[in-house]
Amino acid sequence: MKVEQISVFLENKAGRLAEVTRILGEAGINIRALSLADTTDFGILRLIVDQYDRAREVLKEKGFTVGKTEVVAVEVPDRPGGLALVLQILARAGINVEYMYAFVQHSGKNAVIIFRFDNLEDAISLLQKEGIHIYKGEEVYRL
Amino acid sequence: MGEKAKGRGPLPPTLPSMLHHHIPIDPRFAFVIIFLNVYQKGTVFPMIRDVENETLPREDLEALQLRRLQAVVERVYHLVPFYRRRLDEAGVKPGDVRTLEDLRRLPFTVKQDLRDNYPFGMFATPMSQIVRIHASSGTTGKSTPVAYTQRDLETWSELMARTLAAGGTHRGDIVHNAYGYGLFTGGLGFHYGAERLGAAVIPVSGGQTRRQIMLLQDFAPTVLTCTPSFALYLAEVGQEMGVDFQKLPLRVGIFGAEPWTEAMRSEIENRLGLDAVDIYGLSEIIGPGVSVECVEGKKGLHIFEDHFLPEIIDPATLEPVPPGEMGELVITTLTKEAMPLLRYRTRDITSLDYAPCRCGRTLARMHRLRGRSDDMLIIRGVNVFPSQIEAVLLETPGVAPHYQLIVDREGQLDTLEIQVEVDEATFSDEVKQLQALAKNIERQIKDYFTVSVKVRLVEPRSLPRSEGKAKRVIDRRQL
Repeated sequence: MKVEQISVFLENKAGRLAEVTRILGEAGINIRALSLADTTDFGILRLIVDQYDRAREVLKEKGFTVGKTEVVAVEVPDRPGGLALVLQILARAGINVEYMYAFVQHSGKNAVIIFRFDNLEDAISLLQKEGIHIYKGEEVYRL
Repeated sequence: MGEKAKGRGPLPPTLPSMLHHHIPIDPRFAFVIIFLNVYQKGTVFPMIRDVENETLPREDLEALQLRRLQAVVERVYHLVPFYRRRLDEAGVKPGDVRTLEDLRRLPFTVKQDLRDNYPFGMFATPMSQIVRIHASSGTTGKSTPVAYTQRDLETWSELMARTLAAGGTHRGDIVHNAYGYGLFTGGLGFHYGAERLGAAVIPVSGGQTRRQIMLLQDFAPTVLTCTPSFALYLAEVGQEMGVDFQKLPLRVGIFGAEPWTEAMRSEIENRLGLDAVDIYGLSEIIGPGVSVECVEGKKGLHIFEDHFLPEIIDPATLEPVPPGEMGELVITTLTKEAMPLLRYRTRDITSLDYAPCRCGRTLARMHRLRGRSDDMLIIRGVNVFPSQIEAVLLETPGVAPHYQLIVDREGQLDTLEIQVEVDEATFSDEVKQLQALAKNIERQIKDYFTVSVKVRLVEPRSLPRSEGKAKRVIDRRQL
């Protein structure tokens, strides 16, 4: 029920993001989803890729600081209020979203949103109880 | 250490037996000797070689220092034209030195003075009295020669014997001396000291690491003397060769000639299975043998104050700092004949502790070196040493020891930016965690120095690495 996300530390310098994507591209790794959090000094690039271990390996080889985080991929109806529904469930239960971002691709008629929670297990069981579909890791990497 | 029971070899000499071996001991101190001998029987021998001079009450020591200071000022005034000129310029005559406080009226000597008087202009004796010439490494310019009379060599050997004894060496030990022999004072300094002490020396010098490992196994030395980095290198190479250092009889190591840290001490002690002590010296003053840690305390290096008069000054104002505070170490040689130096600025940053030591020595202890005054930054009027910042960073969990300091000026205000590498231990996928890390370092630096700094997190290996000294400071101020 959990998805492995790679995070990469980037200095706020021209070309760093291009460098990461180039390295991944040359290694034949496909980026499934990404988000970039940035501050004035640095950025954190978060990626879901099709080959987690390989991506981690090639980036570390090139000297990048790479972290691993477990996130949740949630299926959200692609219609007005779809995301609000999911967020309301979480808010009522007092579960905080650290960050979230949308998947580029759709799964059928629905959107896929990546969530990062402090308390992963609670969030997963809550959403499942409410009948929200959560993707397995393998499903997400292949989307 | 201590878990490993190592053969101590023959028993160390008792104090009375030392009386038969060229150790002048005042009869007035006989009762001390008897007391120590009875008191220590069956326990660890107090490793003080020269009980009289290493345990002098402060007032007796200061009286001795004053006598010797007066004599040395008198000598250099008449024998070294450079000093006569300097003293005349300062308006000081030898007779003006009446108390130790008057030391402050004497001119400083700096490295450039030695270069200006290259090669032999600083010598106070004719060549007919000189029996040895060494030279500094010359890493920061032309190497500067230093000279010794026969009596200087005697003094040096004796001080090195004291040094080795303080580190726990005694007659019957085998000393593996891997300091370089040659112009550098390290090798020969230890060599003569060990012989003077009555230990057996293996003059192995530097290099040929694998052969050294073989000697460590076959000749079974009990004492290792070398630089701390070479000690770690020996451990590494030995490990590759499958050597179990815990099984070797090595008991103590006396490491110096470069700055090192408490963390390195632990690593050396664990990997080589010995007690590691720090030694300090510089060729301009005498070579090794200026100060050493006692193995009992391992907390600061006892300066042989009967031969070297230490001061700590603020390198910016050149004024003495309050007792116990950090600053630049300045040394006046009290007994050197061939090349006495007045108030020599070592550029080494340390502090002095006059508190009694558990080993029984009354000699002041200098803190393990904290940096070089050449590296000192003045940020908004506050003296900041890169090594202090490094210490703060090392205390912050997870921070890699790679950093760079960028000094700049915005308007009229100095700014200090500390670039710290983010490694996997500190990295987080959440912005707030990384910002908290940076803020935490900023707060600690502010607490320590009362100077506000900015911490910038950078990618690993983005800071320049170098084989030797890393470039830690970039000063962009246009002053």
